[in-house]
Amino acid sequence: MKKYRLTALIFIGLLFSLFWAFPVPAPADEDIPKKFFVAPPPFSEGIFPCSQCHKGMPVNRTPRKLEQMHQDIVLRHMPGGWCFDCHNPNNRDTLRLANGNVVQFEESYNLCGQCHGTVLRDWKMGIHGKRTGMWNGEKQYLLCVHCHWPHDPKFKSIKPLPPPIQPSDIR
Amino acid sequence: MTEKKAEKYIDRRTFLRGAALGLAATALPLDKADASFWEAFFQKYYREMNEEEKKKVIQRLEKEYAQKYKKEIKVGDEKALPGVLFGYGLDLSRCIGCRRCVYACVDENNQSKDPQIHWITVLRFKKGEKFLDLEESEKYYNPSQVPEPGYFYMPVQCQQCENPPCVKACPTQATWKEPDGIVVVDYNWCIGCRYCMAACPYGARRFNWTTPNRKPEEINPKTHYLGNRPRYKGVVEKCTFCIQRTRNGRYPACVEACPVGARKFGNLLDPDSEMRQLIEHKRVFRLKEDLNTNPKFYYFFAYGR
Repeated sequence: MKKYRLTALIFIGLLFSLFWAFPVPAPADEDIPKKFFVAPPPFSEGIFPCSQCHKGMPVNRTPRKLEQMHQDIVLRHMPGGWCFDCHNPNNRDTLRLANGNVVQFEESYNLCGQCHGTVLRDWKMGIHGKRTGMWNGEKQYLLCVHCHWPHDPKFKSIKPLPPPIQPSDIR
Repeated sequence: MTEKKAEKYIDRRTFLRGAALGLAATALPLDKADASFWEAFFQKYYREMNEEEKKKVIQRLEKEYAQKYKKEIKVGDEKALPGVLFGYGLDLSRCIGCRRCVYACVDENNQSKDPQIHWITVLRFKKGEKFLDLEESEKYYNPSQVPEPGYFYMPVQCQQCENPPCVKACPTQATWKEPDGIVVVDYNWCIGCRYCMAACPYGARRFNWTTPNRKPEEINPKTHYLGNRPRYKGVVEKCTFCIQRTRNGRYPACVEACPVGARKFGNLLDPDSEMRQLIEHKRVFRLKEDLNTNPKFYYFFAYGR
């Protein structure tokens, strides 16, 4: 009988130690949106906030050639698309997901991730995109739009730095 | 017969002693006999030095560099961090062959400008050929724009092998693998025999045929004894994963220079590091894996499955 009591005591002790080790079940990763240390979005000079011009302007949803402003934007991303696929017509200072959720420009990666989900996953892991800072500490992330202009996102070709000197050219 | 010979000639020991003294007298310039010269001459092996001795050596080196380059150059000797094994990743599906890494490395690590020394070589391959035929690669490519259609690029630098053939080849043990996995060279212990260069299957080591030539104002003053401190004529040097940066928690210079973010760096022992993530989730290969060098430099393809 004594022996059983001892076993029971140990068992209860173990149970309690378990609760002590894991007091609250940790919330799943999806519950807390992870914050990334990203640089501010690369707006052209003086263009933000968009509402400084768009305030009070009627919303025109028909795709057309823009003539007074933003003529430099040629949409070479998602053929057949239009501004309001990503920009929020009700508040121009924000972006809008396909499901209607509003996204700030500072978190525009969530917008890109609607289609490029695998890339967003890689970006969050640190595989896609450039990281600077500390490998064991605070890492500086870049937004998608720092490298990919969202209206024409393909990375543009650049001039390479000079090749190494060939042995035949060494004097 | 033997007795006769012994009478006639000087015995072997006396001869050797005399010869050694004579040679020593000619080899050591006595006019240069300041304390620093003799200290350098009798410097101990880095790995056998205690902290006090290391400190002294570093003080001497800093003094020498200050005299030579007329500016303050800090020589660090940060130790390997515990629980850290450095690994490197390079995304071949992203690299555009722009050589920004090559020159960022030169700026950071005080390589000679003339004669030119680069620690990173970017190889260009034709797409669709037998994969990775190194004989068919081109390192002098120079188009007006990269990437060029029909080609891909593969930068090669020291692969920081876990089983480094160069270390085995060194007759003076002037090169060794540190606890955090970086293969380093002690430039004061290297005799310049270049056996390590012959042993390296990746062509990652470089030799200083002349005194490294670099303008004093271009010298990066933040250095490490085993890394980017100014080198001597006749010593071998190589990529050290920017030991002076990474041992202080920073990313290597090439990682921060890459405009497409193809270069990845992290701790292989930390399951949350980007290195572990990419090894676990991407297609990864290592260069010349069949040689059993076990490199810690992983080439991978983030895009296109």
